[in-house]
Amino acid sequence: MRSWLNAPCRRLWFGWLGFASVVLATVFCDAASAHGFVGKRFFPATLAVDDPFVADELSLPTYDRRTMPGHGDEPQTTESGLSIDYTKRITPNFGLGLGASYRRVAPQDGDTEHGFDNLALSAKYQLWTSDVHEAIVSVGADWDIGATGARRVGAERFSTITPGVFFGKGFGDLPDQARYLRPLALTGAIGVGFPTRSSTSSINDDGEEVIERNPHTLEWSFALEYSIPYLQAQVRDLGWREPFNRLIPVVEFVMETPLDRGGGGTTGTINPGILWAGRYVQLGIEAVIPVNQRSGSRTGILAQLHFYLDDLFPQTIGKPLFGHP
Amino acid sequence: MTARAICVLATALVASPAALAHAFLDHASPAVGSQVRGAPTTVTLWFTEEIEPTFSSVKVLDAHGQEVDRGDKGTDRSDPTALRVGLKPLGPGAYRVEWRAVSVDTHVTTGDFTFTVQP
Repeated sequence: MRSWLNAPCRRLWFGWLGFASVVLATVFCDAASAHGFVGKRFFPATLAVDDPFVADELSLPTYDRRTMPGHGDEPQTTESGLSIDYTKRITPNFGLGLGASYRRVAPQDGDTEHGFDNLALSAKYQLWTSDVHEAIVSVGADWDIGATGARRVGAERFSTITPGVFFGKGFGDLPDQARYLRPLALTGAIGVGFPTRSSTSSINDDGEEVIERNPHTLEWSFALEYSIPYLQAQVRDLGWREPFNRLIPVVEFVMETPLDRGGGGTTGTINPGILWAGRYVQLGIEAVIPVNQRSGSRTGILAQLHFYLDDLFPQTIGKPLFGHP
Repeated sequence: MTARAICVLATALVASPAALAHAFLDHASPAVGSQVRGAPTTVTLWFTEEIEPTFSSVKVLDAHGQEVDRGDKGTDRSDPTALRVGLKPLGPGAYRVEWRAVSVDTHVTTGDFTFTVQP
């Protein structure tokens, strides 16, 4: 079995370790949060659920690891990867995004494969916000661009376009009797995935043609978070200081339900974790717990280093191309 | 190549003196959500970044929504992250502090909290 630390990834892996150690040193220096604001509420960038904000930000890297159960002739497989995601504001309320992921696919008792997954493009528009109610609604679409990745890591030859609605709601408008619930916030996204091919065919090891149907899928997810910064600035100062005063515990629910073409039942994960929102960066780590056997055979991990480009470079790449922020 | 680029970015991140961020409330006096004995004479807010006092504001309201500060907000030259305002004599009861901070890089943040003066 080839080592995970092969040539294409070794330098990136050690580079990330070195970078992470430097970033961690900044934890005890300064701490302030950035974008993702509605009224007095700051919404962090969640790891698995696409948040409803348009922003200038960079996730580099996101690391994920999951073990998928065997199915039919397919063995149990451990998948992992390093991803980069960049989003850019075109106007204050409209933005575009680009994502890429380098994958490692290791079947049990099989050959490990490496390669890039399909590229992903996204667009999002902030429709409505309410400062008083700490609420936001956005619309957007994702385009998983078929045939831009390596087939050996499972990159599909067809594209999938997923239009969706995104929302966020902070609970700062709760009455005083429930003030300790005010630091809670909920974000979510719901969309439908439209594959550009209804089915794909392949030749198996026996030389037989295998037809796989590609269903439309309902993508639904939400994240529930409790903000320590909000608690200490708006409700009650507990006396927590660096770095604990910037922690945001979170639990994310990421689900997919096939809608037709015999796609099977709902799959997904529940991801409890914690975020740390610093001055220029955000760190996050979550456990990835499968909701059923089809979703995975053991708990995985999701971790991310995220940059607030609007705070890092407010006069250059951190501001909208058109219009004032 | 990729590792070197990441390390260069990391160094720039840590060493950059010009990049600024949103000003968040770090702590206050009276403290957020506190109960104090004896009426305070000022409210002081400390932020995580230097703020522009001209464009920042703070006001204190009583339980009836009446403003009870003196309108003399200002910062401390020795601490440009602090914003303070003097108070009129306060009686026992709950008070709300409403603030708006503009950091030196023009990012705007807002917030409010309460404190209580005990009899």
